[in-house]
Amino acid sequence: MNREGRPTAPQGGALSAHQTFTGARALQVEEPLIFETGRLDVTGVDVAEPAKVTSRLGAFERKGSMGLPGLSEPEAMRHYVRLSQKNYSIDAGLYPLGSCTMKHNPRFNEAMARLPGFSDVHPLQPPSTVQGALALIDELSHWLLELTGMQAVAMSPKAGAHGEMCGMMAIRAALEARGEAQSRTVVIVPESAHGTNPATAALIGFSVRAVPARDDGTVSAEAVKAALGPDVAAIMLTNPNTCGLFEPEVVEIAAAVHDAGAYFYCDGANFNAIVGKVRPGDLGVDAMHINLHKTFSTPHGGGGPGSGPVVLSQRLAPFAPVPFLQKNDDGALAFVEHENDAGEAQPFGRLCVFHGQMGMFVRAFAYMLSHGSDGLREASEDAVLNANYVRVGLADLMSQPFGDKPCMHEALFDDEWLKGTGVTTLDFAKAMIDEGYHPMTIYFPLVVHGAMLIEPTESESRAALDLFIATMRDLAMAAKAGHVGRFTQAPHHAPRNRLDETRAARAPVLRWTKPAPATRAQAAE
Amino acid sequence: MRYHPLTASDRTDMLARVGVSDIDALFAGVPQDKLLRGPVALPKGKSEMDAGRVLMRLAARNMTASSAPFFLGAGAYKHHVPASVDHLIQRSEFLTSYTPYQPEISQGTLQYLFEFQTQVAALTGMEVANASMYDGSTATAEAVLMAHRITRRRKAVLSGGLHPHYADVVRTHSHMAGDTVDALAPDVAAREDIISRIDGETSCVVVQSPDVFGNLRDLSPIAEACHKNGALLIAVFTEVVSLGLVTPPGEMGADIVVGEGQSIGNALNFGGPYVGLFATRQKYLRQMPGRLCGETVDAQGRRGFVLTLSTREQHIRREKATSNICTNSGLCALAFSIHMTLLGETGLRRLAQVNHANAALLADRLALVPNVTVLNETFFNEFTIRVKGDGADIVERLAKRGILGGVPVSRLSPGAGLDDLILIASTEINTDDDREALAQALDALINGAA
Repeated sequence: MNREGRPTAPQGGALSAHQTFTGARALQVEEPLIFETGRLDVTGVDVAEPAKVTSRLGAFERKGSMGLPGLSEPEAMRHYVRLSQKNYSIDAGLYPLGSCTMKHNPRFNEAMARLPGFSDVHPLQPPSTVQGALALIDELSHWLLELTGMQAVAMSPKAGAHGEMCGMMAIRAALEARGEAQSRTVVIVPESAHGTNPATAALIGFSVRAVPARDDGTVSAEAVKAALGPDVAAIMLTNPNTCGLFEPEVVEIAAAVHDAGAYFYCDGANFNAIVGKVRPGDLGVDAMHINLHKTFSTPHGGGGPGSGPVVLSQRLAPFAPVPFLQKNDDGALAFVEHENDAGEAQPFGRLCVFHGQMGMFVRAFAYMLSHGSDGLREASEDAVLNANYVRVGLADLMSQPFGDKPCMHEALFDDEWLKGTGVTTLDFAKAMIDEGYHPMTIYFPLVVHGAMLIEPTESESRAALDLFIATMRDLAMAAKAGHVGRFTQAPHHAPRNRLDETRAARAPVLRWTKPAPATRAQAAE
Repeated sequence: MRYHPLTASDRTDMLARVGVSDIDALFAGVPQDKLLRGPVALPKGKSEMDAGRVLMRLAARNMTASSAPFFLGAGAYKHHVPASVDHLIQRSEFLTSYTPYQPEISQGTLQYLFEFQTQVAALTGMEVANASMYDGSTATAEAVLMAHRITRRRKAVLSGGLHPHYADVVRTHSHMAGDTVDALAPDVAAREDIISRIDGETSCVVVQSPDVFGNLRDLSPIAEACHKNGALLIAVFTEVVSLGLVTPPGEMGADIVVGEGQSIGNALNFGGPYVGLFATRQKYLRQMPGRLCGETVDAQGRRGFVLTLSTREQHIRREKATSNICTNSGLCALAFSIHMTLLGETGLRRLAQVNHANAALLADRLALVPNVTVLNETFFNEFTIRVKGDGADIVERLAKRGILGGVPVSRLSPGAGLDDLILIASTEINTDDDREALAQALDALINGAA
């Protein structure tokens, strides 16, 4: 009892999930769209009165309402805070999304990216006014080259897939320089590859030749050799691969690819497993993108922005796109921004309007400086250790498609063990949501039936992993015990139950439109 | 290392649980002669304080836009962004989540993407918009590819008013895919005859308005000519604030509208990250690149949002996808959407009016400087001046006097014979003092005035 004599423990009967008047569930508040609450005559920004001038808009002045309502600042604050409360996040819990590397995002990096010296600088200022920014890009390039053992880096790609495009364009340009662009039109892509790989190859006009994975989840040099020929431009290989395994024959594959006159593009999405442990340049890689938003922890931001610098071998270095950094005779740094100014180099062109994702460069460099060579190596080792710890903790209940052997930084299971339970990989993932976890990546890689790809990252403590493993074991045993409702109806406790994706695709509603006014008859009902 | 929770004893215990004696046993799949035995040749880790010192020293060597009278544009603009925007996008649940693959626990991201798409469609006067692209230039290149898919033709005609770097991005993509580009010469005065370049092979015409020299362009006759010839009009903008005051491309017949959204919600960031906007007509929806968020209901019939039409995308379609895009520009799209929501159309129109007025005042003032000519008949917040002398040299010398005075055209189009032109932008940040400072400095540098 407290001083007022009110009971401090709950009273009355069993808790029941009754409907609330608002539809809210305490901290979970239903939030309408801004178009339903905003008003056309409201603004949350005070802007000064414009000076009276003669219009220079000619005949092009916009007439009529745009249909864009505004909110005052407190209303806007509340709207977005409430929306945020409907999202899972790394900061709130373990986010084992395989292939995505959802590691801790240090706020120090955010603070550094917001220093006015980096954030309040225009990309076309005279080079003499941005020497610090250029020096940072130069330093970051140096770190990327040291960590990968490569010879050059193109910094402008804006994401992993954009980096793939950059690397494959460099390969095409190199083939053009050799006079072989017309004859070498095929790119070899293993079936286990990320979908971006074949999509990128096709965008650049290559056709795709698939090679299957072996029963052990890796690509054999034999299969690659069989697919090689005078028509092959390149291989796109992910290493460590999408099954969470290091490709054991990667050196042999690289040699075979080079012997056949082709190039080796490595998808670097999984670089987080090997930073400071192995250098792609030592394996024979010609081009590899680095997802700064994965390996070097720039925040994923709900799906971007990313950053995808591409490291290049000596053979591809001359073809890197503009802009690239150059040190002038006086020691000052400047970008080479036009192909005609590139001297000996033969840049293949330009990938974006300015120099790439500076905001991400600052964050990634802050992360690297903080870790140093020792910390980066430790991050990779801990990422691999954590993944194996989870793998071993679940191996007796869940099935591993390629047998019980160590993985790199992600552990892969299939749905063999769910056979006959009435529970699918999707159902299992949705039940994890009720337990407070973001599900792992599911149904990828495509070569594994009902795949579950778990990447805990180095950011998880042993206690967090133990609880995760215990939860997964409890769920697995429940599935096997036939508690189907826990899965097929899940999630029960999320802000929404399962959403009808078929309906969304059949009759797409992609923007808000004003509902038709109710008729008099409807209004009378 | 402060970011790594495992202790030495954790590691020992966990290795034992995994059944190996040391960490390198888990790297057994790596060719052993390639495994690094020691650290790479880079410095050891630093404390937060020490790392901060390194970065602050680098930051201090840059001249910031806020520290000087500032007039740069050409695709990136300095605007005032309310403090609440940056606060909100740093909320953990926005900052540290990923693409909303699990919609039940991603409704926050999905709802703001739906709102973002609605805002972009309304601003551009189009029917549908996607959930963002990397930036305006990559959105333009994707728009050209989309037009090729729709028309089954492979030639793009690029206006001489298109930002030269945007044109370069399109040219690079087209060259790689074996497509044709017909790029018109730089068109300072918006006098080009682009309609005569449209033929039976033309898939699309790409026109920017306000163009890179600041001119407003009449898209309607170009749209009409495109449609007569079975081609599409792609309208481009680099200054999205202009849409608060200028007729939207959707009302002038554009089929695809793309542009840079950085001005609303996002800082200059030395060139990125920015946010590409992409909108089109409903009928072309299924040929659109990038992520799309759509409305649906959950098992209880409650409204909710999901990523949709993913059968266009790379993870399903692989080599037949409409684009290879995976990551977009989510957090920048959120910043855009929050700022746009704060503005509303009332605030946006007012902001656009202030931009236009400030640019007009500046143009009038600079026109009084001998040997400086304002070339534009129309403009929104950016225009071109011709100076006596070399534009790049003058801009460099302005910087030495503490003024960030514009973008020399030769920086974008070297060797085009436009070395005496400077692009000048003016937004709400500029004051009377700024204008006076620029005018007097130009007068001093060009005319030797005191």
